[in-house]
Amino acid sequence: MYKQVNQKAWLLVLPVVVLVAFNAIIPLMTVVNYSVQETFGDNVFFWAGVDWFQQILNSPRFHDALLRQLLFSAIILAIEVPLGLIIALAMPRKGIGVSICLILMALPLLIPWNVVGAMWNIFALPEIGLLGKGLNNLGFDYNYTRQPVTAWFTTVLMDVWHWTSLVVLLCYAGLVSIPDDYYRAAKIDGASAWAVFRYIQLPKLKRVLTIAVLLRFMDSFMIYTEVKVLTGGGPGNATTFLSIDLDKMALGQFDLGPAAAMSLIYFLIILLLSWLFYTLMMRNEAQ
Amino acid sequence: MARITIDRLRHSYVSQPGKPEDWALKEMSLEWEDGGAYALLGPSGCGKTTLLNLISGLLRPTEGRILFDERDVSSVSPEERNIAQVFQFPVIYDTMTVYDNLAFPLRNRGVAPSEIDRRVREIGEMLDLGGSLTNRASGLTADGKQKISLGRGLVRSDVNVIMFDEPLTVIDPHLKWVLRSKLKELHHRVRRTMIYVTHDQTEALTFADKVVVMNNGEVVQVGTPIELFERPAHTFVGHFIGSPGMNVLPVALENGGISFMGSRIDAIEAARVDAAGGGRLELGVRPEFVSFAGTGGLPVEIGKVTDAGRFRIVEARHQDHLIRVLVPEGQEVPTGSAALGFEPTHTHLYRDGWLVA
Repeated sequence: MYKQVNQKAWLLVLPVVVLVAFNAIIPLMTVVNYSVQETFGDNVFFWAGVDWFQQILNSPRFHDALLRQLLFSAIILAIEVPLGLIIALAMPRKGIGVSICLILMALPLLIPWNVVGAMWNIFALPEIGLLGKGLNNLGFDYNYTRQPVTAWFTTVLMDVWHWTSLVVLLCYAGLVSIPDDYYRAAKIDGASAWAVFRYIQLPKLKRVLTIAVLLRFMDSFMIYTEVKVLTGGGPGNATTFLSIDLDKMALGQFDLGPAAAMSLIYFLIILLLSWLFYTLMMRNEAQ
Repeated sequence: MARITIDRLRHSYVSQPGKPEDWALKEMSLEWEDGGAYALLGPSGCGKTTLLNLISGLLRPTEGRILFDERDVSSVSPEERNIAQVFQFPVIYDTMTVYDNLAFPLRNRGVAPSEIDRRVREIGEMLDLGGSLTNRASGLTADGKQKISLGRGLVRSDVNVIMFDEPLTVIDPHLKWVLRSKLKELHHRVRRTMIYVTHDQTEALTFADKVVVMNNGEVVQVGTPIELFERPAHTFVGHFIGSPGMNVLPVALENGGISFMGSRIDAIEAARVDAAGGGRLELGVRPEFVSFAGTGGLPVEIGKVTDAGRFRIVEARHQDHLIRVLVPEGQEVPTGSAALGFEPTHTHLYRDGWLVA
């Protein structure tokens, strides 16, 4: 018996291959193409090998942006996850309050990202914004367009406002799925409110919290629109995160080669961290 | 350790109960002796879980009192009532070991570590969990988890009552039997009051010394398994307990006797019934106490015969009424037409559902 070679099957997967090719592989390969060549326009390319990669990996500018990015993600995780959990715990479990809270919580998530940036930009302006003017009237020297510290403060505050809701909604969904019997048993066992949190709620929320941390980390690591509109990466380079830096390099300076190399490095960092989170999550599942 | 008295208790989930349907639990008074094994038996939605939650303190009664010995505990928290409860789905603390799970209620009450260790090991041994005390509780099977739930009640030496809310629902059939006998054995060892809520008559009758049968929010009968079988106080008990359930036939007082569709039934003397009572009269007799009589019995047509191993269930018809007969192994079943006789001591008369004679 000979195995029938049937190449017609390829026709059936062709539509998917074309789709994936156009939205992922071709753009990605274009970037790879740019990252190993030098161009001065007019479609003239010179081979550059791994030069751009070496240049990016050794540049203090990239290191600084990466450090800022990591610091930003760490700060917002440290604030949004506990805060989201606390809000979810405090939310009502029945009655009209549930709908009101859920709608209030969902609102920031529904606002387009550039609108969030624009809102906070105006809200925090020291001369006319409610927040900026208010803080200055209270005696704080606040001007996010000139002071790096207040620029960071405003950026973090904006992200907390925008994204804590996501953690709240995830935690709330996790909390309401805990059966009543657990609380009853804890009452009968004489457990304190802290013990209920520590031994019932927290273990039952482990899965949603892992997802919340994962999502918030990934999203904050790729933050672009809101910061671009709010501070544009300034003052100076104070809030120039990786994506903003990439944007400056590619569209500000038109350094296509280094920008492409940086894109790939950025992409690989995200891929690596995603894989790391995923494996950790799966290992927890297996236990 | 206490005698539990339920004094004219009523409960409603509606804030302003008016209509009789508003009451999830109709007025009832009961006594539970210290150390007894009780079962609360009834169909789903009959109010048995409500009663259980009232005793445990998870609910406050709308009316009436609950006394532990002489103390009124109607508005006391579950923790202060010092009760234990095993729920339908096993409740365990996932992140703790079996040992820590069992120690948890004692630690919350500030018991000395040496005493905790002694109690936990003793109870672990009693529940056959001795070998897995250091394991994570989340890794256990459903029956192991349910044992932990029970163990958390048993470790507290001063618990007033241990309550079970359909605890075998999620247990595999072959393990149900094992756990049921384990429970019975434990009751003999510790002699705590135990209240077992179930809709399964086998579970109730094998576990309890006394069974409280509930229907539609009221207690219809309290009795030993034998009393429930031999003298059902209500036709509901007759239906609900026994397999197959009691035959209930509409009867009337005619010419100084009891007659069923025009046929005289001699098993019940009409003199035992107050003729002026009125109401709907019914005769109840279990299939176990119906037999084939010679002439003079109730004429019937024999229908379907089902073999149930040690006996056969015969469906006999008199006009449009079905009467089930239990025929022991080895006894012959007639075909076609036959006559039935009812055993007089086990034939009862009911008025509007309630036993009168």
